[in-house]
Amino acid sequence: MSHSSQSNSKPAKVDSTTLVALGEVDRSLRFPVLFFAVCAVLWLIVANVLTLATNIQSYQPDFLAGFSWFTYGRLYPLATNAMLFGWGCNAIFAVALWLIARLSLSPVRDGGMLIIAGLFWNFGLKLGLLGILIGDLTPVESLELPGYATPILLIAYALIGVWGIQAFLTREKKTVNVSQWYILAAFFWFPWIYMIAQFMVVWFPARGVVQSVVSHWFHSSFLNLWFTPIALAVAYYMIPKILGRPIYSYSLALLGFCSLIMVGSWNGMVSMIGGPIPIWLSSTSSVASVVLLMPVGVVVLNLLLSAKGAFAEMWHSLALRFVLFGIVSYLLAGVFESARAFHSVSEIVQFTTVTTAYHQQLTYAFFSMILFGGLYFMVPRLSGREWPSVDLIYLHFWGSFVGIIVVVFSLLVGGLIAGTQMNNPEIPFSEITQSLVIWLKINTIGIICLAVGHVAFIVNFFWMLAAGDLVSSKQGSVVLESANQEGVSS
Amino acid sequence: MSLVLSSYIQLGGLTQTTENLEENGDPIEGEPLFPRKLPGIAQQGKAVYADLGCVYCHTQQVRRPDYGADIERGWGKRVTVARDYVMQERALIGNLRIGPDLMTIGERQPDANWHHQLLYNPQIVSAGIPTKPSYPFLYKVQKVDRAPSPKAVVFAPDSMYAPEEGYEVVPTKRAEALVEYLLSLKLDYSLPEAKLIEE
Repeated sequence: MSHSSQSNSKPAKVDSTTLVALGEVDRSLRFPVLFFAVCAVLWLIVANVLTLATNIQSYQPDFLAGFSWFTYGRLYPLATNAMLFGWGCNAIFAVALWLIARLSLSPVRDGGMLIIAGLFWNFGLKLGLLGILIGDLTPVESLELPGYATPILLIAYALIGVWGIQAFLTREKKTVNVSQWYILAAFFWFPWIYMIAQFMVVWFPARGVVQSVVSHWFHSSFLNLWFTPIALAVAYYMIPKILGRPIYSYSLALLGFCSLIMVGSWNGMVSMIGGPIPIWLSSTSSVASVVLLMPVGVVVLNLLLSAKGAFAEMWHSLALRFVLFGIVSYLLAGVFESARAFHSVSEIVQFTTVTTAYHQQLTYAFFSMILFGGLYFMVPRLSGREWPSVDLIYLHFWGSFVGIIVVVFSLLVGGLIAGTQMNNPEIPFSEITQSLVIWLKINTIGIICLAVGHVAFIVNFFWMLAAGDLVSSKQGSVVLESANQEGVSS
Repeated sequence: MSLVLSSYIQLGGLTQTTENLEENGDPIEGEPLFPRKLPGIAQQGKAVYADLGCVYCHTQQVRRPDYGADIERGWGKRVTVARDYVMQERALIGNLRIGPDLMTIGERQPDANWHHQLLYNPQIVSAGIPTKPSYPFLYKVQKVDRAPSPKAVVFAPDSMYAPEEGYEVVPTKRAEALVEYLLSLKLDYSLPEAKLIEE
């Protein structure tokens, strides 16, 4: 990593050999990466529909009642798992594999194996979701996939992850870019946290609350050391690339990276403040949550300073608009999380939908939005075609923009009200649920807005893949604006 | 990782104990050990509780007196501690309260028929709670065969939710086990580190 500064500090003129090499990388990854991208968008729609269904059930309990498969307690984990492991992980595989191969200038050999591994991943996930439906779920949040499905996921991941690491090891380009640190770290972190969680919670459950501790640790590590680094890698790649200028500060990038790696897995027990665990555990997590503001602040500062004076340009580039939204959301998520760590706040918001709001802020407003930007940037380069409709991209952006703000806001306010009422023993519980319902209904509006955006996205996406040359480069200047600068700071 | 490992080291060795200890810290011989083991049928009911995902809306933990209002709400007479869960292969402490906490539901609602009514159709006993799902698939509506089944759910005489004349609502094995589990949820013992608060 010692040479990283050079790769970011001077956007060199791209020589023709680099361009040829980049073309070769893109060609070698075309089918596997497009395969993951297709899986990701399909899962996104599935997750969206399921989330809508569970949300309606939450105030309309008769909806889909009457059959055990579709009871709220099963559809809810189905929705979150489709979102995290279906959309999230497939999108990561698509974008991160492409990025690391591209940054290493290292074409992937035998991409067919990647597709097979991807088929296994998605098969394992479907098997797991079916297991949840028939009642085999592990009743532990975000580890619900039954113990017979997860080994398939782990084996599939091993094949996928190895390809990414292999691409890095055989790199032509010896300088290492900030994005590569994040992707590599994440590719090592994910199997590690997932294996430990599987051993201690699913396969050989530790007795009592130890498994609750493990599951909270897993959940926060999954978000902080798997989703977050990949999204940051995409942001660190796209901003300099599209704006054609270097990262503002190498030292800040290093500081942000190291501090995230150090405290990223420590803040899980914030949700268990006051719970039946030793106090030092939740206290450590509280401190870590506040310390976590440092990597968040440093990274956001660095990224925004890199784009200083070019925000209009950033907003104008549709792909970067998603990234910009994601970066600002990351900062808000960081503030959100450290606020939750204070006892006086936690006393109110614990056990309310505020926790859900925080997860939405991190997984959707931050992670998913940046990954959308990554896909908008990447897919044309792989398919060799432009996005057929710019209006649909606008619709996607505004649908997601309005949708996620409404979702987070409604869960946040609804949770704050419920939490305040819960701590007043005079208010009967039925009254609390009644006042929560209106916020759950507002949440529905948000989810529908998200759905509109996602439909626009998926239509555009398959239109592009199916339409052939009809629409190629019709609107060349919209998303591919830096096509003539291939390789700048890559 | 260190969080996980050290919690395991610290908590992995916890065992059952008596309400009070000898001076040297050992459990007093001959006194009953707490927390109790779940009886077999309640254990099966716990699996039903788990596979229906009850944990997404109900917690099973009581917060300490100066932190929240759990004890004032009557959800328990003391704070829950790690030892309360040592006998559980699956600790369902939960982290969202769309419904009330269930750590002591067996003490608050000791009537099995109440639970069956709630699960069959929540409107019967808690009309006005808009978020509680019903679980009709845990019950069989069947024609009364000569004598009514002793297990059938009892409805109030003028209940609008009762089945038609000549029919009865009978809990399945799963429903019976689930209710048995709910009735077993009690926090009626002291532990050396957490004594019941006397009223």
